[in-house]
Amino acid sequence: MKENIMPAIRLTLVCLVFFCGIYTLIVLGLAQLTPNKGNGETINLNGKKYYSNIGQKFTEDRYFWSRPSAVDYNAAGAAGSNKGPSNPDYLQTVQQRIDTFLAHNPGVRKADIPSDLVTASGSGLDPHISVQATEIQIKRVAAVRGITESELRQLVEQNVEKPLLGLFGTERINVLQLNLALDHLKRKI
Amino acid sequence: MNTEISGVILMYALVILLAIPLGRYIGRVFSNESTWPDRLFNPIDRVFYKMSGVDPTRPMTWKQHLLSLLTINLVWFILGMFVLMNMSWLPLNPDGNPSMGADLAFNTVTSFICNTNLQHYSGETGMSYLGQLILMLFQFISAASGISIASVLFTAMKERTTTQLGNAYFFFVRTCTRILFPIALVTAVLLLLNGTPMTFEGKDTITSVQGDTIQVSRGPVAAFVPVKHLGTNGGGFFGPNSAHPLENPNYMTNIIEMVAQMIIPVALIFALGYILKRRRFARMIYGVMTIGFLILVIPTIVNEVSGNPAISRMGISQPFGNMEGKEVRFGPVASAYWSIATTVISTGSINSMHDSFMPLSGMNQLLGMMVNCFYGGVGVGLMNFYIFIILAVFISGLMVGRTPEFMGKKIEAREMKIAMIIALLHPLFILAGTAIASHLYAGSPEAYAGWLNNPGYHGFSEMLYEFTSSSANNGSGFEGLGDNTPFWNIACGIVMMLARYLPIIGPIAIAGSLAAKKYTPESAGTLKTDTSTFGLMIFAVIAIVAALSFFPALALGPIAEYFSLY
Repeated sequence: MKENIMPAIRLTLVCLVFFCGIYTLIVLGLAQLTPNKGNGETINLNGKKYYSNIGQKFTEDRYFWSRPSAVDYNAAGAAGSNKGPSNPDYLQTVQQRIDTFLAHNPGVRKADIPSDLVTASGSGLDPHISVQATEIQIKRVAAVRGITESELRQLVEQNVEKPLLGLFGTERINVLQLNLALDHLKRKI
Repeated sequence: MNTEISGVILMYALVILLAIPLGRYIGRVFSNESTWPDRLFNPIDRVFYKMSGVDPTRPMTWKQHLLSLLTINLVWFILGMFVLMNMSWLPLNPDGNPSMGADLAFNTVTSFICNTNLQHYSGETGMSYLGQLILMLFQFISAASGISIASVLFTAMKERTTTQLGNAYFFFVRTCTRILFPIALVTAVLLLLNGTPMTFEGKDTITSVQGDTIQVSRGPVAAFVPVKHLGTNGGGFFGPNSAHPLENPNYMTNIIEMVAQMIIPVALIFALGYILKRRRFARMIYGVMTIGFLILVIPTIVNEVSGNPAISRMGISQPFGNMEGKEVRFGPVASAYWSIATTVISTGSINSMHDSFMPLSGMNQLLGMMVNCFYGGVGVGLMNFYIFIILAVFISGLMVGRTPEFMGKKIEAREMKIAMIIALLHPLFILAGTAIASHLYAGSPEAYAGWLNNPGYHGFSEMLYEFTSSSANNGSGFEGLGDNTPFWNIACGIVMMLARYLPIIGPIAIAGSLAAKKYTPESAGTLKTDTSTFGLMIFAVIAIVAALSFFPALALGPIAEYFSLY
């Protein structure tokens, strides 16, 4: 023990300097060379700043809705619901979300609602919804905004994020970017 | 859907492509053979040795190895406790986060020095940037001590008759500088290019499109996340770990982080083959582990893609399967794949909430941790597997009526006793811990109402998962469990500590004792340990130990929930 204690303390200090100091500073330095300077990907629009990866709450009828969030899109305290698949309270919550959605979107068939639109994401900050979840909202948004459905459909298509290289992963839509584009569309008119 | 399947196939293929050359490189690093970056690393290593006052050429016995490991871990524990209990006034705390209480600090420090990374706090609100950097340090050095103690095992298996098993500081420093540091740096650059933040500024305040004011937590994430995976640590910078869109921004980073957590455990198998000059033996180990992994991962993917029957009954569609707790950018396939990868290799990072998986997927996650050696954590996965090899050699020996021998050394009563004790500790910690917690809860459900986030069978699974994760040094959780209480902090802390050090001491004691024995050259009568027959034998031993120990508990939790739901 005695012969080990001094080397142990000294080696720990060397590692502290090496990893918390040198390694961290190298990464911090390299971050300054990247396009967003280590601040995360942001969108700057009309003097306002958004984090393109951090989803936001969209509940108004004139916007495409984002997914439900267990923490109400609190980006300083992210979390999932951690509800188990058989939990009765959880299943009741899902049922309420379906009813709310149908009330705001008359004409949508229940069987067309995809589950991502009524279940909470893991982070509570999911910026995406599926393409299907976007399409069933087109009618509502078009009616509220007074735009034609075909024009809106075109906008949605432009905002589809394809799988990586077209080969790997999911197809999805960033709701924040889509809604920003939607507001932009209105301004043009 | 097909692009999701091809995504996980790509993730696995990349691991194998990278792990084979990396394994050879690691083998050369530990055998002190020349490698191409020597010119860069030799001077760095010399500084390490000189500043620490150690002689890297002095050989140690297995007891000296263990003593030096335990001593340095004690130093880390004291350092960690000091920082976490005082971080409110220490520097690098722009968000003004509080210091930890003693029980939470005990749990957190133990968790990080034991390579577990169970987290009973949430990074955004419970940790300063200095705290995060100290935890990152532990992620590097706890992984390095796991890898370096595994190389002691390799040395002991290789040597003919000796008590001299290399130098602990030599293995440790080389792991830090030549393996973890360069790979972490490359990974960090890839993450930076994909939008992972790296800043020491505190929370940002912005206005949302709908006009709400929101705060966004940030931090030195890009330095932290690479080693979280490389060292199979798994502790997240933010509360939701790699489900958080700043910690894992897109499908590309998901691939990078997935590959990062699997390459070293897989590469170490090939490193073993290189060091022992027994490639066939390494391939046998790889085969057994891969079959085990596939048996768990395929049904989990199928389960998640099929969705939740209770939601189907509501009449909506589930084109993406069970999406509760999952992110759209990863989808159900990559989430299910990650959940099994992270539980078999003891990382414990998550990209979706395990608590919300379907019952049998949850069971597979539990089984991954209960077996804890299908690849396994860096270094320690192979040490766990080593115990099963010893058991399989012994049983095979009995079956054919020969003295059990492994690598030319006789396995006798002493080694078998140690192996049996180590194999039984894991079920003991898990089952006894869960039993105590269930007893407390059943005794007064009102007093412990804050514990469980879900009723019934699933609530039991939450407690079972927590102890399994602690004992497997995994660190993931059914996070609905209200675990920041003195009971969970202290109980899990003790389990993590015992389950880290005893399964290191046991295999090293066996290997040290075998290394000192007389070497008998292989003959026609020697049991061949590099054949698929022997691989099957090991698999059977693993399956029997796991099934007999854990089936009753699984029947009360996930299996019962399955039958209530379908």
